Amino acid sequence: MALFKSVVSRITKGLARTRESFVGSLRSMLSGRTLDEQLIGEIESRLIQADVGVQTTRRLIDSLRADYKAGRATSGEDALAHLKREIKALWPESDRRIHFAPPRADGSKATTVILVAGVNGSGKTTSVAKIAKALRDDGKTVLLAACDTFRAGAVRQLEIWSDRLGVEVIKGQQGGDPAAVAFDACEAAKARGVDVLLIDTAGRLHTQDPLMRQLTKIRSVTAKRIEGAPHEVLLVLDATTGQNALRQAAHFTEAIGVTGLFLSKLDGTAKGGAVIAIREQTDIPVKFIGVGETPDDVEPFEPEAYVDALFAE
Amino acid sequence: MFERLSEGFSDALRKISGRGTITEANVREALEEVRTALLEADVNLEIVNTFCEEVVADALGAKVTKSLKPGQEFIGVVQNRLIELMSPGGPEGAAPAGVLRISPGPTVVMMCGLQGSGKTTTCGKLAGYLKKQGRTVMLVAADLQRPAAVDQLRTVAEQVEAEMSGGAAVSFYSEPERVAEYGQAVGAAVEVCVNAVKQARAQNIDTVILDTAGRLHINDELMGELQRVNSSLQPHQIYLVVDAMVGQDAVASARAFHDRLNVDGVILTKFDSDTRGGAALTVRKVTGAPIKFIGVGEKLDALEEFHAERIASRILGMGDVVSLVEKAQEEVSEEEAERLQEKMAKGELTMEDFLKQLRTIRKMGPMKQLLGLLPGVGQALKDVAIDDKQLDRVEGIINSMTPTERCDVSLMSNSRRRRIAHGAGVDPMEVGKLVKQFDAVSRMTQQMAGLGAMGKVQAMRKLQAMGGDGAGMTGWKGKGSTSQASSKSRYKKRKRR
Repeated sequence: MALFKSVVSRITKGLARTRESFVGSLRSMLSGRTLDEQLIGEIESRLIQADVGVQTTRRLIDSLRADYKAGRATSGEDALAHLKREIKALWPESDRRIHFAPPRADGSKATTVILVAGVNGSGKTTSVAKIAKALRDDGKTVLLAACDTFRAGAVRQLEIWSDRLGVEVIKGQQGGDPAAVAFDACEAAKARGVDVLLIDTAGRLHTQDPLMRQLTKIRSVTAKRIEGAPHEVLLVLDATTGQNALRQAAHFTEAIGVTGLFLSKLDGTAKGGAVIAIREQTDIPVKFIGVGETPDDVEPFEPEAYVDALFAE
Repeated sequence: MFERLSEGFSDALRKISGRGTITEANVREALEEVRTALLEADVNLEIVNTFCEEVVADALGAKVTKSLKPGQEFIGVVQNRLIELMSPGGPEGAAPAGVLRISPGPTVVMMCGLQGSGKTTTCGKLAGYLKKQGRTVMLVAADLQRPAAVDQLRTVAEQVEAEMSGGAAVSFYSEPERVAEYGQAVGAAVEVCVNAVKQARAQNIDTVILDTAGRLHINDELMGELQRVNSSLQPHQIYLVVDAMVGQDAVASARAFHDRLNVDGVILTKFDSDTRGGAALTVRKVTGAPIKFIGVGEKLDALEEFHAERIASRILGMGDVVSLVEKAQEEVSEEEAERLQEKMAKGELTMEDFLKQLRTIRKMGPMKQLLGLLPGVGQALKDVAIDDKQLDRVEGIINSMTPTERCDVSLMSNSRRRRIAHGAGVDPMEVGKLVKQFDAVSRMTQQMAGLGAMGKVQAMRKLQAMGGDGAGMTGWKGKGSTSQASSKSRYKKRKRR
């Protein structure tokens, strides 16, 4: 998804791929065209191909068609503006930000706990590294908790990131109890008075009930140790995921009360349109997007840029 | 979904039932349902469109058999088409199962795919699968980019060696000093692979599995690296690993990998999720390569061979009865099933048997997931919360009974009831209710043992109707017993075949 790269003009890096897609992203399939049934059909196909889903696509198309029939939308640009309005209305700016813990009554700062979860291979650990870097660059002190005690090499993976970023990590033994690691991490976070505790968890399929219960346990451990925790529960969603994303969102929300999505892997050709359907059906906002492999490749979610990218050629 | 599809077809076709053939106009209407079903299952839009055109051609003029519902017949046409798409030529025409073996060795297998598709885990599973067949395997860490990927594969290799059955050795090859940050190690993987194969040849190893780094299909540099591995090693088999939950983009990535590498097979991972798995269709169509395996769990033995018929049903949302039967077979031995059958017929079923069965069923997975495998049930249960906790309580109650009590529930006096309730931490009323319901169930099963299939269904309905008293125990009674009996009766049915 080229546009996301372009937003921060990372083209200076000189990667051919980025430059190419930057130029490409300036052209929209909608620009300079007259709106008619054929174009509406093309827009519909584009939405389906972006994994927006049949139901949500139909709703968007119906409202666009109503505007077209009423003469309010006559060109491709009008259609784009219409969709931007519709989709932007779904995501008010306020809920795209991270919720930090409010300062304590005595004015001292409180630790914010961010719990990160997702299915296997969605990109949790990389996403955690990205958030850690963004927060660190913002002048906040960050502590990582490596609660993925299941997958071989997962703790090591987060450790390598923590070395590279100069951020401390609390870890347990492989095969150990992740809730215990969360407990230790909460204690350490309080003792050190860090601003943000970022908890990385093991990937799990939302259909695995025992593993989902384990996640609930991790959540309640943090809730008991730190007031108001977790302040943010992020579900990392792979942009290539299809309609199963809705099931993931529903199951994870049931288990740990997801407060936001981290839409990862948007640097490929997948558009992750399922987030629109998720927003409609479960009200979970997208907070971040992941656009590459390095810790810098993270962006706040911008609905208008997202719509532009959906129709970029 | 299945009901909706079936109804959709039936409605559209009812109008023409007098004429007995399917006409284009009616088919189009019915097809809209198919289209939605396929799209919701993540089959690629273009493939869906072509598919629907082909189905129209297939269905036009086909006679509607009077004995069948036209809707179901139409679904049959659709399903057959799906199966045909996923395994052209039927079972006979399909590519041989398993992994090709080259002599003299080593057979070189290269795994490739996007990040997070599950390559490393699948490498381990494949190694375990080959180990079982007595083939020695070397796992090669050619992912030099993702932090700790080498460590992960080493651990996986050790696990396979230690935990999986079969006598053959599983070794591990890596050159950890070559590991570098993202984008820095490009090209090094080629040499690592070449060195690994050299060593494997010297050690007379049967199969070498190359675990390459996950990469984006639009990353020219990294895709080029894969091509160089391909050209310098000429792997005998190249497997594309694809996440079964992938959406419309499957077409783009599969095409890119196939164009550059000409893949020989596909492995679909994470099929133990509730994905409908339309990607199977997309990837098969795009690459033309057979789907070799599906990954169905985190454990190293959770790798299965691919069955097109099952996935076709799943894509159409028809449940997966075969999987259910197989799950049941894994847990219940044939003798055990027969013994229970006999006991039931004589009305000698005890609480002990019931407890055993309850545990067996629960070992197969959460109740909701199991019921979801039954055709039509999945959709109906979509928003119903099935509380496995109620089953915990039932287990707790039975666990608090003495062996004598379990064998003969008629012993149950008020004081026993109180003691059991105390032990299980429930109300004495609940113990009474469980005993009463158990009595009813065992009488019913005794009658059922003497009935034909139709009678069983009716008895089942009666039993379910009885469960509708809205009290706390209805959970296990209505739903638990339904699934228990149906998995059993299907098991029996299969045995007869």
